[in-house]
Amino acid sequence: MIPIVINIVYFMLSLALLLAFIRLTKGPSLPDRVVALELIASIVVGYVGVHAIDTGVSSLLDVAIVIALTAFLAAIGFARFLERGGRRND
Amino acid sequence: MIELIVALLLLAGASFMLLAAVGIVRLPDLPTRMHASTKAGAMGAMFTMGGVAFYFADSVVFARAFAIVVFILITSPVAAHVIGRAGYFMGTSLWDGTVKDELRDNYDPDTHKLRSGYDGSPESVTPPPEPDSSDQR
Repeated sequence: MIPIVINIVYFMLSLALLLAFIRLTKGPSLPDRVVALELIASIVVGYVGVHAIDTGVSSLLDVAIVIALTAFLAAIGFARFLERGGRRND
Repeated sequence: MIELIVALLLLAGASFMLLAAVGIVRLPDLPTRMHASTKAGAMGAMFTMGGVAFYFADSVVFARAFAIVVFILITSPVAAHVIGRAGYFMGTSLWDGTVKDELRDNYDPDTHKLRSGYDGSPESVTPPPEPDSSDQR
């Protein structure tokens, strides 16, 4: 039961990654792209968790922690960049 | 039984993240897109981590998964707030069907300060309740 579910979940997460990537490429303004990047990082955290179940390696959760931390810092950095003198209206 | 719980949690998490991705493509402007992606994306990651914790059934793995859940729960609103604030100050256009933008009158685009509307601004919608105590902020 678990392997079938894992395959389904991989498919759904890949679809979500594809949709978020569509928004990342065509997003009209820079904050839209930052939001898409944050969603992509969140999806990747889920991906890593599912992969930890798939392979049985529980150390992969550390990777998930680091990805979540990096995504948060990237979001904060982008927001500061946008607010303090980023390009207006790209 | 454990397998059933894990399968349900993983499917719920993947469904939430897929919904977030659909929302981020389909919704019309920045705040609605953030409304979709932030909440549903964080919820999906938290459900997936719950599935991981139940699957391994180990105290160390449970502690790690719980740490990830708490971390996402703390950082996701902060990041959403900061990005939304930056996007608003950048002047991204809102959706055409937006009914009301109460923030537009109350912030100063130069100093990035927000006013409440009660501290004696001439365009304030409601007059201050007590004009005598206007200098104590």
